Amino acid sequence: MPDAIIAKDTLPVNGPGRLSTGWWGMLCLISTEGILFAYLIFSYAYLGVQASGSWPPGGAPPLSLALPNTILLLASSVVLEVGARRFRSGRDRSTVPVLLLTALMGAVFVIVQWEEWGRKEFGFTDGAYSSIYFTLTGFHLAHVVAGILALLVLAFWGWQQRLTRGGLHLALGRMYWHFVDVVWLVVFLTIYIVPQQP
Amino acid sequence: MATVPVPAPEQEKLVRTWETAPGVYGWCATVDHKQIGIRYLVTSIVFLLLGGVEALTLRIQLAQPNLKFLAPEQYDQLFSMHGVTMIFLYALPVLSGFSNYLWPLMLGSRDMAFPRLNALSYWLYLFSGIFLYVGLPLGQAPNGGWFNYVPYTSSEYDPGINIDIFALGLIFLGISTVVGSANFVVTLLRTRAPGMSINRMPILVWGTMTASVANLFAVPALSLACFMLWLDRNFGTSFFAVRGGGQPLLWQHLFWSFGHPWVYALVLPSMGIVSDALPVFCRRPLVGYTAVALATVTTMVIGFGVWVHHMFATGLPTMAISFFSAASIIIAVPSAIAVFAWIATIWTGRPVFKVPFLYFAGFILLFVIGGVSGFMTASAALDWQLTDTYFVVAHLHYVLLGINLFPVLGGLVYWFPKFSGRMMDERLGRWAFWIMFIGFNLAFFPMHIVGLEGMPRRIYTYPADLGVGGWNLLITIGAFMLASGILLFLYNLVRSLSVGEVAGPNPWDAPTLEWSTSSPPPPQNFDIIPIIASRHPLWEDRLEDVEDRSQLTTGYLLDHGRETIGTTPLDAEPNVILRMPGDSLLPLCLAVATSVLFFALLSKLWLIAGLGFAAALVTLILWFAPEPLADPEHPRLYA
Ligand code: HEM
Ligand SMILES: [Cu+2]
Repeated sequence: MPDAIIAKDTLPVNGPGRLSTGWWGMLCLISTEGILFAYLIFSYAYLGVQASGSWPPGGAPPLSLALPNTILLLASSVVLEVGARRFRSGRDRSTVPVLLLTALMGAVFVIVQWEEWGRKEFGFTDGAYSSIYFTLTGFHLAHVVAGILALLVLAFWGWQQRLTRGGLHLALGRMYWHFVDVVWLVVFLTIYIVPQQP
Repeated sequence: MATVPVPAPEQEKLVRTWETAPGVYGWCATVDHKQIGIRYLVTSIVFLLLGGVEALTLRIQLAQPNLKFLAPEQYDQLFSMHGVTMIFLYALPVLSGFSNYLWPLMLGSRDMAFPRLNALSYWLYLFSGIFLYVGLPLGQAPNGGWFNYVPYTSSEYDPGINIDIFALGLIFLGISTVVGSANFVVTLLRTRAPGMSINRMPILVWGTMTASVANLFAVPALSLACFMLWLDRNFGTSFFAVRGGGQPLLWQHLFWSFGHPWVYALVLPSMGIVSDALPVFCRRPLVGYTAVALATVTTMVIGFGVWVHHMFATGLPTMAISFFSAASIIIAVPSAIAVFAWIATIWTGRPVFKVPFLYFAGFILLFVIGGVSGFMTASAALDWQLTDTYFVVAHLHYVLLGINLFPVLGGLVYWFPKFSGRMMDERLGRWAFWIMFIGFNLAFFPMHIVGLEGMPRRIYTYPADLGVGGWNLLITIGAFMLASGILLFLYNLVRSLSVGEVAGPNPWDAPTLEWSTSSPPPPQNFDIIPIIASRHPLWEDRLEDVEDRSQLTTGYLLDHGRETIGTTPLDAEPNVILRMPGDSLLPLCLAVATSVLFFALLSKLWLIAGLGFAAALVTLILWFAPEPLADPEHPRLYA
């Protein structure tokens, strides 16, 4: 007959952050998605190194839209972080406006990116550069859209007062959004900054 | 700390809490890792048989020169499906089956970290397997080999949906693999029993862990390559198409960045099976536990740096080739460490020659032969002669069957009593082993010779004056012998389910935790979560070098719903109670929605694809929905 231990100290149930399995699961998701972007950038570099003409074909892409857009996206991470830290308790809607604002900034990023796509002189199927350009930025854009969706769902749950401070859901949403931003920084450096001539 | 005996009603309560609901609902909704493990095993063995039938068909065609049993196009589809089936649908999933079933039992946990994700990865595997097979009856199966090289597989040379099935099917399967791998990683980090620090884990856990991390890093390369290929074929992009400035070799780089680590993902867990089970039959602990664990990890790390050895013949710069040649040869070092550890375990133990032992010993021999031929193909100068000949086919079958199939079959015999409560028959088992072993060597050893004599691989027939007709006939006979051995094995397995001798909890007198529960284990695995103090909890009274004693009859009773204990990643100190989800239809729904999406993409029904995608999103949102706020952070007593 087995014996059960009766302990004096207690353990939390489904604790926050690293105590939860979800946090580690998100880390796994972020690693494999991050690697996916690494392979995309590898493909970009490989096609560039092997290309016979100039790379990018029409010279370096302009920064006029991309730079402000980058700043906007990074700022959204700051907004989210500052806002989430003010979140007080489980019966509190204080996080809803922050989530909505972050989602809005993300949406503006998507619209500007869309505009940038429209201004290109080449289309998706014009050649290796255009294929990888649209695929790489498109993959990222898809991640932003997924992030916006996640933020909106979180905002909805927050409005229903189903979120907790330090709770898993908000933490996962934040991790993911920051990840999307960091990836953009790398994509931006690869596509926009590296080809600029000093 | 005080202890109290667990009263019988508490045990019944645990069973009730963890039991899967009866009937069709329970069958669709179960998240029990044991059931999912068995499903993985059964499904992958069905795929093994399918792949085997395809292989035998190929061998009939190749038995003699100039036969017309199969048309070239049929041959292409069959050899491609054979490779895809064996590599993607048998070899990895069968290992996931073992790990799914065994991990929580070995680790002293009640379930995997993400039970619903576990169910999801199985359903996705099943449906993507079906997806990959839909083309075969229509004569539209993938026909570009499991490596699927462009430009052969670009739309100019291979129109039709064959290659689209491959591209989409492997993205589909990749989701299952990534999801499953993430689950293994987190399970390992978070749900080990108190006291099971990482230097006390079974080697199988090390193997699957390493393979899972590798999958997280490797699978995206294949998914991306397949996605680009699909775009190239259907929308006119030029990633691989030369006419638009694309690079055919990019495919090979991406494919082998995935492919080489993947072959280690196929073998490291099965090497773990041997490292855990072989010592039981030698009546002593594994020699060099730490060295073997480290060798496992090292193999994988180096394995990420050698992909170019599959591309020696593509005209890369000499510097690159020399580097990758050297790296490939270095990888032999950790493998050799493991081999020496097994030999030393047999040497210094008192081996009993039961059936599983035969498989493990046979495995060591085949591993050595496969390693030697791997060494040969790894040196670039030799590989220029050997590549794309039957020599490579010999090598890859020695490693794949030797390192994957033999340990898997040995492992099935070994853990069969745990799965079913009964033993498999020894006499039939011996027969099956020897038929298989002799058949295997008859079938694959001569492939080295016909390869050296110049028979190319991936051809549907060969001229008579090549002079390899005799060898090929022998190979075909060997292949049929191997197949009959496998059938005899399966006959034995099915028969033993009903007439096998009743096993009891620990029929082999094994040292690890899974043998401390009844056979088969109860739904909750353990009435109490044990506390572990050594690598061999069940051998502690006979191994004198252990100071502390594990506590298998004293531990944490967690009975407020489905609960297990969470511990710190390295030292396994308990720090949280994990509340686990119950049965749920969400995994099946999500897998069905994903299938709708992929079938619609294949048929270019964009509207339906959109609906499938939306359905998947809705399921995901429901999946993640927070539970009602019923004091989720309220601390609770252990007992
Ligand atoms: C000692 C370790 C190993 C070495 C040095 C090695 C080396 C090689 C090399 C150089 C090739 C390319 C031959 C060619 O030019 O076509 C090759 C092919 C292959 N190897 Fe290995 N290998 C090893 C282990 C494995 C393992 C463990 C597996 C699978 C379980 C495996 C599966 C394969 C497969 C499937 C191919 C065929 C690729 C194709 O279709 O072209 N190898 N190996
Ligand atoms: Cu390789």
